[in-house]
Amino acid sequence: MKTLADLKKIREKAQEDMKLRGGKVRIKIVVGMGTSGIAMGAREVMKTFLEEISNRNLTDVLVTQTGEKGLSSMEPVVDLIEEGKAKVTYGNMNPEKVKKVVVEHIVNGRIVSDYVVATGD
Amino acid sequence: MKFFRSHVLVGINETSLQAGVQDFIKALRNELAKQNLQEEINVLETGPLGFFGRGVCLSVFPENVNYQDVKVEDVPELVEEHFLKGRPLSRLQLDSAGKFTPKFNYDKRIVLRNSGIIDPESIDEYIGAGGYEALEKALLQMKPADIIAEVKKSGLKGRGGAGFPTGVKWSFTAPLDAPQKYIVVNADEGEPGTFKDRLIMEGDPHQLLEGIMIAARAVGATKAWIYIRGEYKLCIERLQKAIAQCKEYGLLGKNILESGFDLDIDIRIGAGAYVCGEETALIESLEGNRGNPRWKPPFPGVKGLWQAPTVVNNVETLANVPFIIKNGADVYLSYGSEGCPGTKVYTILGDVAHPGLCEVDMGTTLRTIINEYAGGMKKGFRFKAALVGGAAGVFLPEKMLDVQMDFPHLNEYAAVLGSGAILVLNEHQSVVDMLWSILKFFRHESCGKCAPCRNGCQQLYRLITKIKKGNGTMEDVDLMVSIAQTMFSTSFCALGQSPIMAVRSAVDHFKDEFIEITKK
Repeated sequence: MKTLADLKKIREKAQEDMKLRGGKVRIKIVVGMGTSGIAMGAREVMKTFLEEISNRNLTDVLVTQTGEKGLSSMEPVVDLIEEGKAKVTYGNMNPEKVKKVVVEHIVNGRIVSDYVVATGD
Repeated sequence: MKFFRSHVLVGINETSLQAGVQDFIKALRNELAKQNLQEEINVLETGPLGFFGRGVCLSVFPENVNYQDVKVEDVPELVEEHFLKGRPLSRLQLDSAGKFTPKFNYDKRIVLRNSGIIDPESIDEYIGAGGYEALEKALLQMKPADIIAEVKKSGLKGRGGAGFPTGVKWSFTAPLDAPQKYIVVNADEGEPGTFKDRLIMEGDPHQLLEGIMIAARAVGATKAWIYIRGEYKLCIERLQKAIAQCKEYGLLGKNILESGFDLDIDIRIGAGAYVCGEETALIESLEGNRGNPRWKPPFPGVKGLWQAPTVVNNVETLANVPFIIKNGADVYLSYGSEGCPGTKVYTILGDVAHPGLCEVDMGTTLRTIINEYAGGMKKGFRFKAALVGGAAGVFLPEKMLDVQMDFPHLNEYAAVLGSGAILVLNEHQSVVDMLWSILKFFRHESCGKCAPCRNGCQQLYRLITKIKKGNGTMEDVDLMVSIAQTMFSTSFCALGQSPIMAVRSAVDHFKDEFIEITKK
């Protein structure tokens, strides 16, 4: 990239990608991977998500990472974002809880309210 | 389309189905018809309502009242009270008092607005979130002098501690005619209990880079150094990745965006000396020397790194810059308090229910920060004091909980705002013990260049140890204040000038504790 026009192109493309449009991605999993998150086991959580998703051949799920939101005491924190629905934030996650969230929330569409710490943004 | 004055959303899920939501809806519709409200109030069946309650849950719009655990037998009362008389039925309203709902004030954030949302390792996501728009503006539409004028107008003050106006700092360096100028980013966050810069760098590294680019453009620097604390492995990794991505995209290097502007950014890793957070000591360390502070003046803005004009800015300061340039100083001025615009990132630790970070308007009170963003005190504990600002900080007692946290209101304590660390102590903690660990820290970290600090820190530690053991007298306490005061007046750099804040605030606000312990 060299010019302003190129930057604009990248911006438009990125904005489209981030909107979950195109029907390819139904649900986006965002794992908080800041220092506190990692210290509390966010890497394991992320790994478990990836394993569970590949075991179940879920092709419409995207796993990505982000920084800290401010909930150091509830790390690891995971957001589940679905088009047209309120964002759900799960806290104090671990591999066991991840497995349950994958089955209940991602596959069956039922929010696991016991693990929820916040909704919306 | 029919117009309903009110909509009732009934959540249908496993829990509510088990609780008999279908019968409930039937009963609700019947009751509404009985009161002749069926044309005015619409009952809708929906999925998750955005909150979690027991049994059957309802949301009533437009007033946005939430009910939980509503039973068929409650229907007549609910309809009569809420829908006929318009009074929400508090008996069944969702009780949110007991549970702490974390507050993400993303609409009020500036430097952490992307942290927790975008992938920090993806430049595309940063660009998609509006990143590098400020750089475009700064390079292609604004002259360097315009950038400085805008930052001056915004009233941005340095977030490293001293609170020096950033625009003014830049305006010292910009007009100098020098073959080479530098930007140095102070990311050597050594204040105990502080980790706000870490969060900014690991949550949104590109924002810092964009801030550096704009600062470099404004003052005419072509090389920038990020002096980062060695323990921040994740930040270093992410910043390195971000720099590589920028180079690949042509946002760093030669002739950026065909504007004729060149810039290169490099990372240097600190070795954990507290004094290297002081700007001149940091420069010495960057040059490869022992981290001792330099004589000022000349200030680094005139003669800094390798004697070239150098702007040294804190991470949080630079992270504010893209927002100011992109949205203009007027928008920035709408944040914060009078005389102190913008937001401040705080890290809250200690005996609070939910330690963590928050970004709030300048001038927010300590009480609001603790109660709304950290969930209040830990259960069963009472607030005694907060150590604000780390080791070079002050003890704020309960009576100061409602003081606005900004530079004008904290006046003599203002220096503590920089680090933004809030360590909350409960009523069982001893201020004397805390002061002991602070002074021990200073004794360890004094670089030894000047006598007042070298000897003073040693003496302060000796006195507080004596007091802590119960062998001290009130004369020792007074002597401690006097030594710290002398250090404040005579020390070479900010390190030796700092202990007075902790010592004086502890002795002033918690004198009883010192009287108690010296009596033994």
